[in-house]
Amino acid sequence: MAGSIPASRTGSPAAGAFAGAPPTAARRKSSSLTAEAWRRFRRHRLALFGSVVLVLMVLAVLTGPLVYRVPIDEIDFKAKLKAPSWAHPLGTDDLGQDVLARMLYGGRISLAVGLSAMLIAIIAGTAVGAVAGFTGGYVDHALMRVTDLFLSLPGLPLLLLIVYLFRDGLKKTLGPEIGVFVLIVAVIGGLRWMPVARLVRAQFLSLREKEFVEAARGLGAAPLRQVLRHILPNSVGPVIVAGTIDVAAAIIAESSLSFLGLGFPPDIPTWGRILFDAKDNLDFAPHWALFPGTAIFLTVLSINYIGDGLRDALDPRKVL
Amino acid sequence: MTKYLLRRVLISIPVLAGISLVLFTILALAPGDPFEELATNPNVPPEVRMNLRAQFGLDDPIAIRYLRWFTSMMKGDWGFSFVSRVNVDRLILQRLPTTILVIGSAQLLGLLIAIPIGVYSATRPYSFFDQVATTCAFLGFSLPTFFTGLLFILFFSIYLDWLPFIYRADISASGWRWWWEHIRQAIMPVAVLGLFQASSMTRFMRSAVLDVIQLDYVRTARAKGLAERVTIARHVVRNALIPVVTLVALQVPTIFAGALITEQIFRVPGIGSLLISSILANDTPVIMAITFVFSGLVVLFNLIADILYGWLDPRISYR
Repeated sequence: MAGSIPASRTGSPAAGAFAGAPPTAARRKSSSLTAEAWRRFRRHRLALFGSVVLVLMVLAVLTGPLVYRVPIDEIDFKAKLKAPSWAHPLGTDDLGQDVLARMLYGGRISLAVGLSAMLIAIIAGTAVGAVAGFTGGYVDHALMRVTDLFLSLPGLPLLLLIVYLFRDGLKKTLGPEIGVFVLIVAVIGGLRWMPVARLVRAQFLSLREKEFVEAARGLGAAPLRQVLRHILPNSVGPVIVAGTIDVAAAIIAESSLSFLGLGFPPDIPTWGRILFDAKDNLDFAPHWALFPGTAIFLTVLSINYIGDGLRDALDPRKVL
Repeated sequence: MTKYLLRRVLISIPVLAGISLVLFTILALAPGDPFEELATNPNVPPEVRMNLRAQFGLDDPIAIRYLRWFTSMMKGDWGFSFVSRVNVDRLILQRLPTTILVIGSAQLLGLLIAIPIGVYSATRPYSFFDQVATTCAFLGFSLPTFFTGLLFILFFSIYLDWLPFIYRADISASGWRWWWEHIRQAIMPVAVLGLFQASSMTRFMRSAVLDVIQLDYVRTARAKGLAERVTIARHVVRNALIPVVTLVALQVPTIFAGALITEQIFRVPGIGSLLISSILANDTPVIMAITFVFSGLVVLFNLIADILYGWLDPRISYR
């Protein structure tokens, strides 16, 4: 890369000099790869901020329902569509249900969908990319055509089609909650593995020819060992970055689906689902839509900033 | 150039066939039977149902069913809507222009915002303007369209009461007034979609210009005394657009996702809202056809990107 201008503005030396104590030469020498990555990540103040926000979010949805013990489905018509007050910190919806309690509960699902879909995308993408990049030739060609094909599938319409066709079947076999969860996670993950596969393949193509892999090959390492011990650990950086962005994309995909009324059923109030219920009452109960919307926005923003910071930390190449 | 074009067009046929294969497999794998309703309807005797199955070839081998389905899709014979009682292709053709108009204007708006801002940011990296622009792009890129749409409605329709938040196809005015009403109701959907597109395109544009601006031929252009404006416009931007075109083409599926959502929020009568209402009404032929149309549009936009590519970088089309 001919570039001398880092892609991210916070990657500039000027910004770095302000954050934290400048590491001394001695300390830098003794630091491990992970410590080095952490040092670079710390420089990205917004990424650090994003991590704090995300950790707070996760803590809130994990411990929130234990501390804030208002039931999510307590219907109280006397208190319907109330603005935030002491009794209901984030107001109530059209059935008088507490928005904060619903958001804390639904946030678990939203975040869980994001993480699980990301794992599926990463595992599938890494597998396809690794096989394509390591084997090369005919297999590589075929797998890359499949990847290109998947890249030109229209994501959300296809997601809607699959959910429409398979929802009832899975609901019957796995129960409404788990059935929809499995379906949504599998489909979102299954439609997002392609960028990871391309990244991993590119990494494998170049690492395969590196001296240390050749040395391993010369020492008689089996192909599987070459991949697992030598190539894969070295190509993990870009995958982590892509995975981070995938979490955000999966959260948006799930929210979009629920927002269209085709995701989770109303008794599982994910953030998108709350927005769907709230969108027709914007004129007299704006709080009902604003809080879950802001939650989605903040989560996605933090994850994107973390991804940006991780890119600076792990992926020395300049990617978008 | 003609040969290049021809090759590109020919390449997109197998892609379309591949997409249709994926769609058909999904449909074939799905549990449930399109004739389920007939099976549970006591007024339809089983013989009639069997005859219908045979007539539609539902018991044929899957490869034959796929071939038959694909050829009829290509011929424009898309079936009959269960709910609206009209042919699917007519239903879709009624709605398609609105969607294309909204997506097209949004994309145009996005480009009009993204190219100048991206170029200006990249020519002054880390300046105050660049910092603001990059941050805004990051925020816009993280704001999902369904939330921006609601915020726009809240602010422009409910709080300020400037713009209507329901898109109407039947405006009773005529002449200038008709045009004005149409533009007024299209502002919010186009702006929501266009700003979302603009935020990611700005990022692409900025980094592409940053890549190009330090190349040797740019320094040469400057050294021979070209005005900075000319250097940027004629030497930098054109070459920076090449990767941007690819990225924008890769983003096309995202635009459709955004269009689906904005159509739903603002009740724009396009194919996106038709898709949602068909799903809610279990109208399978329409759902399949719309998904197919969306796939066709993705392939079409990729083709357009390829053609733009050949125009931006003549070397590509001579290969």
